[in-house]
Amino acid sequence: MIIAERKPMEEIKQLIVPYRKVLVAGCGTCVAVCWAGGEKEVGILASQLRLARSVERNEISILEATVERQCEREMVAEIKDKVAEAEAVISLACGSGVQTMAEMFEDKPVFPGVNTTFIGMPEREGLWVEMCGACGDCFLDRTGGVCPIVRCAKGLLNGPCGGTRKGGKCEIDPEKDCAWVLIYRRLEKQGRLDLMRNYYAPKNYRAVKRPGKVQAAKA
Amino acid sequence: MRIMNGHIVAFCCEHSAYPAADSAGRLGLHYPENVRVIRVPCAGRVDLIHILKAFENGAAAVLVMGCEDGACHHITGNTRAKERVKYSEILLKEVNIDGGRVRMFNLSPNAPHKFVRAVNEMTRITKESGR
Amino acid sequence: MAKPFRDILKTKDFVVTAEVGPVKGSNVSKAIEHIELLRDKVDGLNVTDNQSSVMRYPSLGICLLIKEHGGEPVFQVTCRDRNRLAIQADLLFAYSRGVNNILCLTGDSIDVGDHKEAKQVFDLDSVQLIHLVHTLNSGKDMAGNELDGGIDFCIGTTGTPSADPLEPQLIKVEKKLKAGVNFIQTQAVYELDELKRFVEFVRNMDEEVKILGGIVPVVGAKMAAYMNENVPGVFIPQRIIDELAQAPKGTGVAKGIEIAARMIKQIKEEKICDGVHIMFIGREEKVPEILGAAGLL
Repeated sequence: MIIAERKPMEEIKQLIVPYRKVLVAGCGTCVAVCWAGGEKEVGILASQLRLARSVERNEISILEATVERQCEREMVAEIKDKVAEAEAVISLACGSGVQTMAEMFEDKPVFPGVNTTFIGMPEREGLWVEMCGACGDCFLDRTGGVCPIVRCAKGLLNGPCGGTRKGGKCEIDPEKDCAWVLIYRRLEKQGRLDLMRNYYAPKNYRAVKRPGKVQAAKA
Repeated sequence: MRIMNGHIVAFCCEHSAYPAADSAGRLGLHYPENVRVIRVPCAGRVDLIHILKAFENGAAAVLVMGCEDGACHHITGNTRAKERVKYSEILLKEVNIDGGRVRMFNLSPNAPHKFVRAVNEMTRITKESGR
Repeated sequence: MAKPFRDILKTKDFVVTAEVGPVKGSNVSKAIEHIELLRDKVDGLNVTDNQSSVMRYPSLGICLLIKEHGGEPVFQVTCRDRNRLAIQADLLFAYSRGVNNILCLTGDSIDVGDHKEAKQVFDLDSVQLIHLVHTLNSGKDMAGNELDGGIDFCIGTTGTPSADPLEPQLIKVEKKLKAGVNFIQTQAVYELDELKRFVEFVRNMDEEVKILGGIVPVVGAKMAAYMNENVPGVFIPQRIIDELAQAPKGTGVAKGIEIAARMIKQIKEEKICDGVHIMFIGREEKVPEILGAAGLL
């Protein structure tokens, strides 16, 4: 799922300096799961912002609302009254949600309250790691289910590079595994190392022409 | 919002701190009047938002009081509470409120003096702390 | 006029190459000094490409200077800063100006350098780059278009004999050999057993390719520790760090040169591989000392 991280408090405070009534809008899907922007996090941020402005003797009214998925116009429409009440909105959704809100309420400044970082999964409680680069040309079948586009620091298709650290760690981070060592070990376990011996031609980096578009065959 | 009003909120676990507070009262042990005791089934019931709301409602300090290590009736409630209190210090610091204004205390039900000491300590901290 | 590197590889018993590291800035006077100093003492002069992801005067620029001053350049090309169009264009240009030798590298990541917020390109990797050179060599570009005026590079690449784990690295080397290279200049070696093992692996797949062992002198125990931590692909063993630590104060450089010369001598005497590639960036003026101490002058 999409992983995001709340922006630094100073940055968020700076966004709402000129306002006296702001809505903090959360999303109940990805950002809720990674503890960045769900209903709970909306409550906490709202409380913090009220306290912050109180300490500064510049009170602010913070409204709270959370929708199931902020990237769906239908669902966002449910909170239109609260948006109307506020002077500005801090959205804790991923970039997709922020932009949906901004598009639905064009007259209202909508600010991002989180930094959307990657598509990933929880390695353990509270730690999310990047897994997928949304490259539009998936070849995980050939790498034993390890994606080198985002898990290799250089995105190599014929890895590893010569910078692998001792023990199979990545050149840029001794705590990170070299993706190609992971691929090697995975394919070795499956007796399919021949896949790693294949030459992989340069990637089609235009498989998804940004901004991407997927049109379903039906509808 | 009138923050840092002067009153203290004490979330008290019903298996430990709450009976301790009760005993303190009956024994006539002296502690400040502006302590609001809130009974909870376990310290682990207290979440971050409760701590923050207490400050929003004007608390100058918040205590979260639970059973001694290893004695939690819900096994891990007091451990979770400890982690949350630690994290709430960070949340408070982010908005320029002294993290020392929130603290976790562990005690047993027959320790009314401990309850009183904790409350007095937090009162002292709020008087000394500028922010 | 220097002999073409391609010919030297075919005929000479023990090939020696060195490196010229470009500086940050447009002042090439130091580079010219190094070129003049080294061009007659070595068979080829590599020029690094924004080495360690630090922005510097371009490799191709120094290669042209080497040509102008009668030396034989080896054009190092990494995949970090340029996409496939830019690389192909650079290769056409290089060849048109008489730069005939290329070393194909992946390149260090942006994080180890001084422009840490830059976008990494890596449109290609080193294996794909080798294939690309062959494609251009055959008169076509990567998109299949005919070239008006082709290229014919002598192709080299790197390998890391002391990688751990080693097997994934060897699979990579195998791919490079299958793609077709004329020479390999390895990353720094300090354990000659590792170099021997690497050479044996390569020889089993390709008897023609020339292997030059990488020699990177280390001038102090602290520097060794720094390099182990920060320079990708370098693994200096504890015994060398100890030997350096025991050298009297102020003799670090001399000790580093002594150790390097000792290794080169051993490689030559035992015919471990086909030559050496000396990388003494920042101290190019000391390279003749190493060559002298190793009996190569």
